[in-house]
Amino acid sequence: MLELIVISTLNGVLFGMLLFLLSSGLTVIFSMMGVLNFAHASFYMLGAFFGYQLTRWIGFWPALVIAPLLVASIGMAVERYGLRQTHKHGHVAELLLTFGLAFAIEQVVQMIWGKLPMDYRVPALLDFPAFTIFSTNYPAYKMFMLLVSVVIFIALLVVLKRTRVGLIVQAALTHPNMVAHLGHNVGRVFMLVFGVGTALAAIAGVIAGPALVTQSDMAALLGPILFVVIVVGGLGSLPGAFFASLLIGLVQTFAVSMNGSLASLFGPLDPGIGPSLLTDVWNVTIAQIAPILPYVLLVLVLIVRPMGLMGTRET
Amino acid sequence: MTELTSPAPSPTDAAPARNIGFYAAWGFFILAVVVLPLIFRSGGSHTTFSLIGIAAIFALSYNILLGQTGLLSFGHAVYYGLGGFLAVHGMNAIAAHGLPVPLPFVPLIGGFAGLVFAIVIGWVSTQRAGTVFAMISLGIGELVASSSLILRSFFGGEAGITTNRTDLPAVFGWNFGPQIQVYYLIGFWLIVSAIAMYALTRTPLGRMCNAVRDNPERVQFIGYDPHVVRYLAFCFAGFFAGIAGALAAINFEIANAAYLGAVQSGVVLFATFIGGVGYFFGPILGAVVVTMLQLELSDVTTVWQLYFGIIFIGIVMFAPGGLASLLMMHRPLVRAGTLPMVLPAYLIAIVPTLLFACGVILTIEVLAAYSQGNADSSTIRLLRIPFEAANPMTWLAAAVLTVGGFLVARMTWRGVAAAWDRAMSVARERGYHA
Repeated sequence: MLELIVISTLNGVLFGMLLFLLSSGLTVIFSMMGVLNFAHASFYMLGAFFGYQLTRWIGFWPALVIAPLLVASIGMAVERYGLRQTHKHGHVAELLLTFGLAFAIEQVVQMIWGKLPMDYRVPALLDFPAFTIFSTNYPAYKMFMLLVSVVIFIALLVVLKRTRVGLIVQAALTHPNMVAHLGHNVGRVFMLVFGVGTALAAIAGVIAGPALVTQSDMAALLGPILFVVIVVGGLGSLPGAFFASLLIGLVQTFAVSMNGSLASLFGPLDPGIGPSLLTDVWNVTIAQIAPILPYVLLVLVLIVRPMGLMGTRET
Repeated sequence: MTELTSPAPSPTDAAPARNIGFYAAWGFFILAVVVLPLIFRSGGSHTTFSLIGIAAIFALSYNILLGQTGLLSFGHAVYYGLGGFLAVHGMNAIAAHGLPVPLPFVPLIGGFAGLVFAIVIGWVSTQRAGTVFAMISLGIGELVASSSLILRSFFGGEAGITTNRTDLPAVFGWNFGPQIQVYYLIGFWLIVSAIAMYALTRTPLGRMCNAVRDNPERVQFIGYDPHVVRYLAFCFAGFFAGIAGALAAINFEIANAAYLGAVQSGVVLFATFIGGVGYFFGPILGAVVVTMLQLELSDVTTVWQLYFGIIFIGIVMFAPGGLASLLMMHRPLVRAGTLPMVLPAYLIAIVPTLLFACGVILTIEVLAAYSQGNADSSTIRLLRIPFEAANPMTWLAAAVLTVGGFLVARMTWRGVAAAWDRAMSVARERGYHA
C-alpha cells in the first residue's frame, strides 16, 4: 500500500508537471490575447513527433533543443499570419481558427507518420533504473523528465518575476491596453509569448514522447484535459494552473492504480437483478472511471466555484 | 460575433415584393426536398439525401446556439447522440410491447430526450458565454462520451445498440423498409423543423437571443437575464438536435458511442460555419456541402480530412460569414444590375486561383504518397491528368503551380477588390445598400 502511494505520488507529480508545461503556456496565451489556443496540445504532439524524427536522425539531445525551436517558429508563424489576421473577426473566429488548425495538424501528422504508435525510445544514457523502492525500479528517465519540468518551472518563475520582459508580460496579463498605451509593441510581445508557449508545449512533447505513447491521437486525448486544468485552476491564473495541473496529475494517476468498485466495497449485487445501469455503476472500478474524473472535477468546480480555484476575473 | 452576422431586418419593413420572394424561397426549398429524390432515383442518392437531411436539421439546431445566440459549443453531439440512443430504446420498447406508435413519431422521443438533457446540463453551462461556455461544452461532451463506454447496459459499449425500424406499426401501408420511405420521413421532419426553427428566430425570444449575442450587458440593463435567454436557446437547440439524432438512429438502425463523440460535434461545427452562421439557410447549405465532401472526397483521396480542415481554416480566415454570406454579398449588386461589372474580374481571378489550388492538392498528394510508402507505384489523377508521384517533374509542377499560382492569384484578387468597389459604389448610387 505504501509502495503504491509513493510510486503513484511520484508519477502523479511527474504527470502534473508535464501538464503544467502545457497549461502554463496556454494560460499566459489566453490571458494576454484572449485566445483559447485549441491547437496547444497539437503543438505538444508536433514536439513529440519532431523529437522522434530528429532523435532518429541526429540523436535525442540535439532533438531536445531543435524540436522546440522548430515548433516555436511554427507557433509564431501561426500567430503572425493566422491569428493576427483573424483578430478583427473576434475571439470566436480566433478560437475556430485554432480548432481548425488542431484538426489539420492531426491530419498532417497522420499523413506523414501514420496512425500507429512510434517506436520512440528512451535515450540509452538514461535507460537505467534510478532507484529501487519496495522492489519497484523507478526509471531514471522519469527522474530526468521531472528535473526538466522543474528547471523550466523555476526558469519561468524567474523570467516572469525578475526580468523586464516578465514585467511586461505580467502587466499585459491584466492590463493589455495600458501596456500598449505605454508604447510597448504588444504585437511583438504576443508573438513572442505565443512562440514561448508553443515551445514549452513542444518540450513537454519531446520528453514525454518516449515515456508516454507517441501517436497521432495524443493531442486529441490530452487537449480537453488541458482545458479542464486551466478552468479548474482559474482562467488567467498561473498559480492556479500549477495547482490544478498537480491536482489532476495526482487524481488521474491514483485513480488508474486503484481497483476498488462499489461491488468490492459493499459486496456484489444480487445476480437476479440482471444487467442494468445500476449494475454498470456498481461494478465499474475506479481505474475505469479515471478518464472521466477530470471532467467530473470540471463540472463540480463550475457549480461550486465558477471562477476556478485561484481565478479572480470573470471572462 | 457581431461581425459575423448580418443586421437583422426589422419586422416592419416587409414589403409585399419581399414577401413573395420569401414565400418563393420556402416554396422552392420544400419543392426541392420533395422532388429531388424523384429525379435522382438511385439508392445511393437516396442515402445521400437522407444524410443531408439529418445533417441539415442538426446544423440548423446548432445555429440556434452559434448564429442566433453567439454560443460556440464543442459538445452539441451530446444531445444528438442521446436523442439517437433514446429513440433506439424507444423503438425497441415499442416493438417489444406492441405499442401503437408509428415510426414518424419516434423523432419526438429523440427530441424530448435532447430537451431533457439540455434542461439538466444547460443551466450550469450557459451561465457564461464565450470561451468559458466553449470549454464547458467540450468538457461535458467528453464526460458524456466517456461515460457512454462505461454505462454499457444503456449505451451498448463499443458495439452500440441496434434496432429494426420495420418492427414498428406501418402507416398507410408504409413500413419504412425502403430507403425512399425513410428519406421522406426525414424530409418531412426537415421541413417541419426548419419552419419551426425559422419561426423561433422571429419570436421575441429569438430577438432576445440576438440581443444577448450582440450586447449582453445592455440586455441586463433593460431587465432581461442573459443567462435565462441563453438557457432557453440551449434547450431549443437540444430539442432539435435530439430530433436529428433520432432520425440518424432510424436511418442507420443503430446508435453507438460515435454519435456522442467529439468528431460528431466537430462535424456539425464545420457544417454550420462553412455554410454560414449569419443567414438562416447557411447551415442547410453547409450541411449539403459538408455531407457531399465527406461522401465524395473520401472516394477520391486518402487524406480527404486534411482538405476538409484546410477548407475550414480558409473559411474562418477569409470568409468568416461562410458560403451564405459570400452569396448574399452579391444581392445588392444583382438588384442594382451592376453584377456584370465584377464578373470579368472574377473570370480573370479564377484561373490562377484554380491553378494555385491544383498546386496545393498536388503537393499534398505527393507528400501523402511518399509517407504511405507507395510513392513509386502511385499515380495521382488530377483533372484526369495522371501524375507520377515519384517523378521530379511532378514535384516541379506542384511547386510552380503553388508558388506561381499564389503570386499571380494575389494580383488578380486586387483586381477583384477594385472591381467590387466600383460595382458597389454604383449600386449605392442607385440606392441599394449592402
